[in-house]
Amino acid sequence: MKALKERLFQFVTYLASLFTIICMLAIIYGIFREGLPLFRVVNLKQFIFTNNWYPTHAEPAFGALALIAGSLAVTLGALLIAVPLGLGSAIFISEIANSKLREVIKPIIELLAGIPSVVYGLFGMAFLAPLVRQWFNLDTGLNVFSASIILGVMIVPIISSLSEDALSSVPTNIREASMALGATRSETIFKAVVPAARNGILCSVLLGFGRAVGETMVVLMVAGGAANIPTSIFDPTRPITSTIAAEMGETVVGDLHYQSLFALAILLFLITLATNLIAELVFSNRRHS
Amino acid sequence: MRGRKLKNTFSTAILGFALLVTALFLITFLVHMFYKGSMVLNWEFLTSVPRNSMTEGGIWPALVGTFLLTVLAVGCALPLGIMTAIWLTHYGKPAWLISILRVAINSLAGTPSIIFGLFGMAVFVNMIGMDVSALAGGLTLAILALPVIINNTEEAIRTVPHEFTEASLALGATTRQTITRVVLPTALPNILTGAILSIGRVAGETAPIMFTAATFYSRKLPSSLTDEVMALPYHIYALMTEGTHPEKQVPIAYGTALVLLLMVLLVSATAIYLRYLFRRKKQW
Amino acid sequence: MVKPQLQTRKLNLWFGKNHVLHDVDLSVHSQKVTAMIGPSGCGKSTLLRCFNRMNDLIPETRITGDVLLGDEDIYKNGSDVSRIRAAVGMVFQKPNPFPKSIFNNVAYGLQIQGKIRRSELEERVEQSLKAAWLWEEVKDRLNQSAMSLSGGQQQRLCIARALANRPKVLLLDEPTSALDPQSTAKVEELCMELKKSVTILIVTHNVAQAGRISDYTAFMYLGDLVEFDKTDKMFTVPADKRTEAYLTGVFG
Repeated sequence: MKALKERLFQFVTYLASLFTIICMLAIIYGIFREGLPLFRVVNLKQFIFTNNWYPTHAEPAFGALALIAGSLAVTLGALLIAVPLGLGSAIFISEIANSKLREVIKPIIELLAGIPSVVYGLFGMAFLAPLVRQWFNLDTGLNVFSASIILGVMIVPIISSLSEDALSSVPTNIREASMALGATRSETIFKAVVPAARNGILCSVLLGFGRAVGETMVVLMVAGGAANIPTSIFDPTRPITSTIAAEMGETVVGDLHYQSLFALAILLFLITLATNLIAELVFSNRRHS
Repeated sequence: MRGRKLKNTFSTAILGFALLVTALFLITFLVHMFYKGSMVLNWEFLTSVPRNSMTEGGIWPALVGTFLLTVLAVGCALPLGIMTAIWLTHYGKPAWLISILRVAINSLAGTPSIIFGLFGMAVFVNMIGMDVSALAGGLTLAILALPVIINNTEEAIRTVPHEFTEASLALGATTRQTITRVVLPTALPNILTGAILSIGRVAGETAPIMFTAATFYSRKLPSSLTDEVMALPYHIYALMTEGTHPEKQVPIAYGTALVLLLMVLLVSATAIYLRYLFRRKKQW
Repeated sequence: MVKPQLQTRKLNLWFGKNHVLHDVDLSVHSQKVTAMIGPSGCGKSTLLRCFNRMNDLIPETRITGDVLLGDEDIYKNGSDVSRIRAAVGMVFQKPNPFPKSIFNNVAYGLQIQGKIRRSELEERVEQSLKAAWLWEEVKDRLNQSAMSLSGGQQQRLCIARALANRPKVLLLDEPTSALDPQSTAKVEELCMELKKSVTILIVTHNVAQAGRISDYTAFMYLGDLVEFDKTDKMFTVPADKRTEAYLTGVFG
């Protein structure tokens, strides 16, 4: 009887674990099943490299180049903002702030991380975008610029907390050695500590990239709606995620347009998967160095 | 040497500046949201239903909907996640299966939320036939919350000192008894903190529920899990993008956003405070 | 001849490729205190842990030979490990009470064995605390957390917790090395009292301690059981040169 209870308990935990694996497989299966059929009709090269996104035309075209460019534009823009802010904050917290300050700042950054993306989107749409429109005399404030700012601030906590982890796990004797050689504090930081933590920092940037490229609500509400390749930062654009979200409601289950959105999802999934794999590789490398 | 000292001061200033800019943005953001949102926020706003095609009235159905989705999602994900974490830490065999599980957990954790939404739509709504419903949305959100809970619970379990496990086994307890009588109770505060944080996460998600559960126009409350529901995050989005009367609806969006923000901040703050309390009370 | 309470016959143990115990034949006599001494790494703690199969917890452990508790081969296929462990109590080097109340710590071993009447439970807890010489100090605060006790008290609590199972054997793994001299003395006295009802096997790196409290001593060196004899005899006329060297502090 007792042995039965043991077996049962173990089995239940085993089932739960299997279920988790099944969830992952189901998601992969789900999007591939709905999305792959598109490529019977559309050439893969065409899909990725042509700028021709007209899914609702009589003769629909599915060239997603503009969407991919849009995703890259806002993501890179976001990183341009988030990396200096996030890394700078991380260095300050880890190397300069005293422990009392640290205990106050860290939870605040953690709180920032918990703000729902749709609320950021509202802020971008109703407050920032009109301001941007005014300041720069544009037709619309919903563009790459505004979206990058909001997206950037959104991923600051990721970069900041992971970089801070990496920095604080640099052994103290590195700092001591540097100071003992007569280096100033900032020299120690930038020439000794940060290089030692570079893998962890790189990892944080990669994960920030993954998060930004996968973000939907902010870009849906703030990046504008035009499926064009952005030629200036003040152009509106439509990244992959907002395309999926915006057009899904217009499709019929199983038709070509529907499949194309799932195909975009496959692309998005592969991008984030690759990013995460690279990040993990970088992360495990750091332990060996 | 003076040049280097100058550089030192300058660099320190720049770093502090980075933090300051971040802090400033946060403050601007919060102040703005509170200001705009509090203009509509009152008891009636919270407890009444929307009227006049969403230009007046309150957000009560959205509150109920969010509550329903959150309870369903965390209610499913918490036991599953805890059980998975237990398997990982106590029973995990063989090694290749553990690796696959870890890949699955990390992949789920890194999957963009819109993909969860698509999956939920394709499988729960269409394939299984649940239709757009609280059930479909809740289950979709559960899968989203699962990796968060697993990782948090695993870490909580690993912080339980090995000595307790040793003592328990030496007294003749089985692995199961050791887990249920010693490990889980000791790890419980941390597990709880993680569960609370996942509540905040789930309540704020829009993309997973866009096609699986949420609706804009519903003046009646959900009577069962098979009904569509309104939800706070979706309401904000819909008001801003589908609304036909922006002058009236943007303020409502702000009000809803403030409610959502307060909820999430309260939840996060509770969790962080609890974690601080537990760490201080910790006797080992 | 009286049957030994614990016995090993040609016991060999490997951790992976490491051959840690070589052909150990040890007999532990009932209701006596047997001490195991030897330099760090000699295998005394490992040998101790063979008697309640705690080595099973270490991955890649392999054992050949017999380990007997009374007449029973505890490594026999299909033995119930939890039952064996309940019959053999263990006290660890660093006191490790559960983050539970004093009462629930002592009661733990009984509670896991199934339903037991509250009154009986309370009786057993009191008995065990008395046997560990802790009752007077804690009888008014049984519901307080065990972590509020001092180091010496915690260790006696751990002894009480082990005794609650009414084990035939008590294994002590350097039980006083983390304690102050006063608490150490108390625990040593306690051992001499407890041996009247329980067989005691104690690992210690303190040769003087072994001399003070044990009836028999086993000297181990690099995985071999070098010498085993009545303590008085071994400490005055050691049979092996290595034993003599260790006892006189040439190495240790």
